[in-house]
Amino acid sequence: MTMERRLVIEPLTRIEGHARITIHRDRQGLVQEARLQVLERRGFEQFCLGRPFTEMPALTARICGICPVSHQLAAAAAGDQLLALEPPPAARRLRSLLALAQIIQSHALAFFHLSSPDLLLGWETPPERRHLFGLIAAEPELARAGIRLRQFGQDAIEAVAGQSIHGAWAVPGGGLHSLRVDGRDRIRDALPQARLDARFGLERYKQVLDRGGLADLEAIVSLKSLFLGLVGPEGQWCVQGGALRLIEADGRLQADQRPAGDYGQLLAEAEEPWSLMTFPYVRALGYPRGLYRVGPLARLNVCNQIGTAWAASELAEYRQRNGRIVLNAFASHQARLVEIVACLEAIEQLLEDPELLDPLVRHRASLNRLEAVGMGEAPRGTLFHHYRVNPDGLLEHVNLLVATGQNNLAMNRTITALARHHLDGLGTASIPEALLNRIEAGIRAFDPCLSCATHAAGQMALQVQLFDADGSLLAERRR
Amino acid sequence: MSPEFVTVPARPRLRLATAWLAGCSGCHMALLDLHLELIALAAHADLVASAALCDAKEYPDRVDLCLVEGAVASEENRQFARRIRERTALVVALGDCAIHTNITGLRHRCRNGLGQTAIEAAAGGREGLDPPLPKLLPMVLPLEAVIAVDASLPGCPPSADRIGNLLRRWWQQQPLIPPDGPPQRFG
Repeated sequence: MTMERRLVIEPLTRIEGHARITIHRDRQGLVQEARLQVLERRGFEQFCLGRPFTEMPALTARICGICPVSHQLAAAAAGDQLLALEPPPAARRLRSLLALAQIIQSHALAFFHLSSPDLLLGWETPPERRHLFGLIAAEPELARAGIRLRQFGQDAIEAVAGQSIHGAWAVPGGGLHSLRVDGRDRIRDALPQARLDARFGLERYKQVLDRGGLADLEAIVSLKSLFLGLVGPEGQWCVQGGALRLIEADGRLQADQRPAGDYGQLLAEAEEPWSLMTFPYVRALGYPRGLYRVGPLARLNVCNQIGTAWAASELAEYRQRNGRIVLNAFASHQARLVEIVACLEAIEQLLEDPELLDPLVRHRASLNRLEAVGMGEAPRGTLFHHYRVNPDGLLEHVNLLVATGQNNLAMNRTITALARHHLDGLGTASIPEALLNRIEAGIRAFDPCLSCATHAAGQMALQVQLFDADGSLLAERRR
Repeated sequence: MSPEFVTVPARPRLRLATAWLAGCSGCHMALLDLHLELIALAAHADLVASAALCDAKEYPDRVDLCLVEGAVASEENRQFARRIRERTALVVALGDCAIHTNITGLRHRCRNGLGQTAIEAAAGGREGLDPPLPKLLPMVLPLEAVIAVDASLPGCPPSADRIGNLLRRWWQQQPLIPPDGPPQRFG
């Protein structure tokens, strides 16, 4: 029996970005470790140095075509602080509207376009049919619902920002123009269909879960970790303008109501020699014990409540199914659907707010501070933009801590657990494609965005040690 | 939906691929912004390769049209671009990064490039067991500097309308970019 010690899945597919999984096995074919290796480096943190901070909303939007809004908003929020002002009420509401719309389109993409071929068509579906077009053929109504939900989010972004992808709207101090009545009405007119589509997706997925769904893998992908997310002043679910809450796997509070500027006290980044993506961890617990997660799973774990009726009932059902603190990585799929509902309802409320259409959307000031951290909830989790500028407003330091990077440790643990479960002891010839796809699905559950996560290689003091299987030190590097 | 989108041609199904070199996925998202017209697209063409959207691990032979997003930033991108050219009838540079490197090319401003970090020096991993990480090219290149390109669709990203028009012209066997069409713009 051939027993390859190293298995490589490359490229990873139906994810956002370039990566591979390398699985290391010992002579008996037992999996020692599976590693997610990110294969790109784009260097935003480096090439933005020396540029004016006012360019950052437009520049950093280009980090990612799926969540350009998140980067634009975090960059604008950091800019607000450099000007030492707060945007006008209408601008704050429009920023929230953009953030909510983006979560809808991104979650719809992750669930319907990318993951549902695994979840609804089944693991054993041949790769030629295991994609969006296969879903269109097999479950056309569901595919339409998913496509329309993504369109709802994209159209709402376009109504505010003028363009669904890389729209130039958010700037330090607010936004470039107010929302027109016809733009608001377009969003409002599309809401009833979006609600129907979200309900259809949820009901269909609950059928899958009721039939056992991914239950056989629950124990394997349940991972003890901390969870980080934004919450409102009452601990409610929140995507813009909240404060940081960090909880442990049993729900105990590690930190609560902390401002963006505290991120460096709470979190630190480690590096491994085999990846271009850093490994953030909770500073107080050290590396790698300070493993934490961000994103839909984390947001639903850290919040006390969601303020709207339908989302609250979906959250209650989700918690009944999965527990109060959900450790199961595959529950992220349902969490995304719950969040789509929460976003639709939050948008509905915003559209009724008379201040939304106020023509004053920008406050102006000159540079008043030299350092700032902007943050917000991107679809994949909490995002931080940390800037330091010189008195001319030119950037001297840029650190982008993105959601996918923060899930790096958890993603590696999850694929290692899945690889052990599926591959231990199997000869290479008896590993079918569908089994490798199941390991990839462990990554897809996190909906990673690797374009976002590969900005720079480390700015912090770094010590890397390399051990062999017996634990003896092979190499060491310090910086 | 315009009527020509739903007419299924009598000839064999077309083979469509997309590729994503060094870029942000925004051009792929613009393609997905065709929304329900994607269903009409599925009636005309099979998606045979697209790391973002389907699970083909190898770029196949006999592809009729490939939309290529992103600039050529690594040795791996360059080899992939050449493989695409060998196996594809029509190659489209989709978006500004593919056409003139755009934001991806901003890394030329970095004095040391991006290739000289400790991480890359140490890459290779435990006992050299991990396959090496891709080598960045000293300069980011436009797609056309590496392979011949049949059509270019500028924009950051190009709008879904323009991508839809190009695909319609493709299955109607017309020139991909109409010679008398509106001017093409970057940005």
